[in-house]
Amino acid sequence: MDYGLDLEYSFNEFLKGFGLSSEIAHIIWLPLPMLLVLVAAVVGVLVTVWLERKISAAAQQRIGPEYAGALGVLQPIADGLKLLVKEDIIPAKADGILFTAGPILVLVPVILSWLIVPFGQNLLISNVGIGIFLWIALSSIQPIGLLMSGYASNNKYSLLGGLRAAAQSISYEIPLALSVLAVVLMTNSLSTVDIVNQQSGAGILSWNIWRQPVGFIVFWICALAECERLPFDLPEAEEELVAGYQTEYAGMKFALFYLGSYINLILSALLVSILYLGGWGFPIPVELIAKFLNLPINAPFIQVFTASIGIVMTVLKAYLLVFIAILLRWTTPRVRIDQLLDLGWKFLLPISLANLLITAGLKLAFPQFFGG
Amino acid sequence: MSIAITTQFICFTVLSLVVIIGALGVVLLESIVYSAFLLGGVFMSVAGLYLLLNASFVAAAQVLVYVGAVNVLIIFAIMLVNKKEDLKPINDIKSRRIISTSICLTLLSLLIRVDLTNVWSFSNPQNSIGEESTIRIGEHLFSDYLLPFEVASVLLLMAMIGAIVLARRDVMSKDISTGLPVDQELIEKSSEPLLTNKN
Repeated sequence: MDYGLDLEYSFNEFLKGFGLSSEIAHIIWLPLPMLLVLVAAVVGVLVTVWLERKISAAAQQRIGPEYAGALGVLQPIADGLKLLVKEDIIPAKADGILFTAGPILVLVPVILSWLIVPFGQNLLISNVGIGIFLWIALSSIQPIGLLMSGYASNNKYSLLGGLRAAAQSISYEIPLALSVLAVVLMTNSLSTVDIVNQQSGAGILSWNIWRQPVGFIVFWICALAECERLPFDLPEAEEELVAGYQTEYAGMKFALFYLGSYINLILSALLVSILYLGGWGFPIPVELIAKFLNLPINAPFIQVFTASIGIVMTVLKAYLLVFIAILLRWTTPRVRIDQLLDLGWKFLLPISLANLLITAGLKLAFPQFFGG
Repeated sequence: MSIAITTQFICFTVLSLVVIIGALGVVLLESIVYSAFLLGGVFMSVAGLYLLLNASFVAAAQVLVYVGAVNVLIIFAIMLVNKKEDLKPINDIKSRRIISTSICLTLLSLLIRVDLTNVWSFSNPQNSIGEESTIRIGEHLFSDYLLPFEVASVLLLMAMIGAIVLARRDVMSKDISTGLPVDQELIEKSSEPLLTNKN
């Protein structure tokens, strides 16, 4: 179990070499992975915004941003700086406290969920036992922030947008949780590290997508709905609701919503790749390559190589999914609110229930393929 | 005192303060919307207390059920029927307040007495199951707590069917409370596909 790089252990040993106690070394270590993940999330958002602009331009036969940096790569930074220096407006008739607390409540649970995203055997902030369940619980806090900002804006479009957002995320949370449950059933564990390790047996062939094709599709649809991406972006449908719950927001508070939705998109893509696409696993198992090349698996060189392959694979899979999400956004029309709720309650919920039942049956029938 | 114990103490103090002040706010604030949002904060801090007690699964379940479902539904209901109307003035409001305060204080003193006189058994932190608790809860739910578990699910099913019957007025031709024939206009309109009757 305990193979791979353990940066925390090495770092603590390094600090103890300077005569520090292990407790102080631990305190110095604690903020580092959190900061690193926060920076990674924000950089991921910048990349996604740039991709969104470029891909939407290509989908509409435009060029897209091209003057800010090579191929317009600095455009998202310019956007962010603009939002940062804009005036922060609280409408006169709005409820100031709730208006400010709303965007915070939307952003914080999303960032907290990065706690459980593994980039390698030991490359995550905390391998908590309840793992993926923590993400499901945290993502259920978000609707409160949306309702809060919708109510506090004192605007009918905002209120309708907030109500729609809450209704949507409650309806899609259930099939989402049920399809996660089917994966957990095969793994016998809620921890994200165990879920990835369970898929690492035979490279690409042992990924969960082959054993859970229905669950994969249900999860992806629900994840898009939870992120309010275009086929399901009713809470902010600009033709009907101006911008939904964001209508009255400007400056940094608007940027928090914007950041939150993109971090959520990347997080969902990462979780799809962890749950169904083998996480940090290379399509061909690294142990097999090492054996083929007659290299010792525990050599430091191989360890560093494996860790970097892991990070690259996780990010690559996640960005492939982000690319699909962006393509979907710019090529599909929006569903109506009744179609959205019909799809969630009358189609996805029964399908994910049946999927759970079939998975449980297959687990009993073929324990060697579906987790003993 | 080691750093871990100090951190735990600070977290416990902050969480308890949030629970007590938040709960007082839920009861005492005039605005029902603030009360509902504060209730969410109280639920979150209770989840934090569970986390301090090494019960991470219970904490996450608390967040999912109480914050994500119950509190969202309460806020939803408040916002759907958010009429701006002044409550009717009650004549003997002062004596009512005195009576309810004294009842609450009596209950509080009873609880404090139970807390002080009862001999609590403290479990050894070395023996706590921690991360194992998820498996242990599952085992209990499907063995010795199976009957309560199933009865609770039947209860939920009954509540759901009841809600559907109440919401779908076309199931019954008469209104339950007034006995008048039910106006089925709106339901008919919404269940008809919007695009088919255009041509």
